[in-house]
Amino acid sequence: MKVLIVGCGRVGALLARKLDAEGHEVTILDNDAYSFRRLKFSPDLPEFRGTALRGNGIDEEALVRAGIKTTDVFFALTQGDNRNIMACQIAKHTFNVPRTICRIYDPLRQELYNTLGIEAISPTTIITDILKEMMGS
Amino acid sequence: MYIIIIGGGRVGYYLTKTLLDEGHEVLIVEKNANYCETINNELGTVCIQGDGCETATLAEVGTERADMLVAVTGEDQDNLVACQLAKHKFNVQRTIARIRNPQNEVLFKKLGVDVTVSSTNVILEYIEEDVPTHPLTHLLAIEDSGEEVVEIRIPPGAKTIGKLLRHLDIPEGSKLALVISTSKRTHIPTKNTVIKEGDRIIAITTQKEEKALRAALTGDQ
Repeated sequence: MKVLIVGCGRVGALLARKLDAEGHEVTILDNDAYSFRRLKFSPDLPEFRGTALRGNGIDEEALVRAGIKTTDVFFALTQGDNRNIMACQIAKHTFNVPRTICRIYDPLRQELYNTLGIEAISPTTIITDILKEMMGS
Repeated sequence: MYIIIIGGGRVGYYLTKTLLDEGHEVLIVEKNANYCETINNELGTVCIQGDGCETATLAEVGTERADMLVAVTGEDQDNLVACQLAKHKFNVQRTIARIRNPQNEVLFKKLGVDVTVSSTNVILEYIEEDVPTHPLTHLLAIEDSGEEVVEIRIPPGAKTIGKLLRHLDIPEGSKLALVISTSKRTHIPTKNTVIKEGDRIIAITTQKEEKALRAALTGDQ
């Protein structure tokens, strides 16, 4: 599948490498070329063979350059909730990407955008639940 | 009216000042504590420190009874989310967003923001008006129909000068409303109107047909 990831932080980079290793066609976009260093070092995964592009994930021209018109799955994984939300809505409503998945730290915003048709997950909720479980409560 | 303003920068500050003078109830939500303090010192207690994109903050400031929410932070994505929260969580009737990137206008409208204001576009329009050779000026956007009112000038040497309107290939969705000629006599165009140098033609068109209409009237591809 053709995958476009916006945000090359820890999660974005690891996801890009894992999907690439599984044979998907991966493009990753980030404002800061320095963050692409995360794609390089990898003791357990093969070298990243996808495309890393510098660009703004909420800029339509940058998204077109990254191949959004033929993307099957879109991930928005930058540090900013609103940036992720806007990127996903551009992908969904302007470019009709079949699946748009969005990280939203704020659980309330995550809930709202799920109802608006964006597949959103909140690490805050997930990690809190795991921590509680670890404590055994 | 009760108006909530997201973002207490320069735009938010002067907007609030003016709206208060007009007798509206106004509240600003601003993240930065220093900005908040300045606003509260100068305009009275009208600013609350908080994130206007958080549901909790919006609930705290009584967004559900607001008549309007105006998002004027410097970040397009923050303005979008504030407006969408206001609309979908709090049923605010009217939302206005400031945008930096003029490209976002279409997207924001599609996503339910009622009005977008782009300072980039406003300045561009003034430049268009001031540059006499620029053949097309946007005068007004008709919000509901997606149409726009434009002015097209017939520049000297245009290939269409002396031709009858019915011989021009005017796009189907565009209508010519008025012709203001250099003799200052304004008339409603008919099929037999002759195009003259310096004519200003007021037309209703769509963003899609804008270029074709300009090409048809000026003969310039």
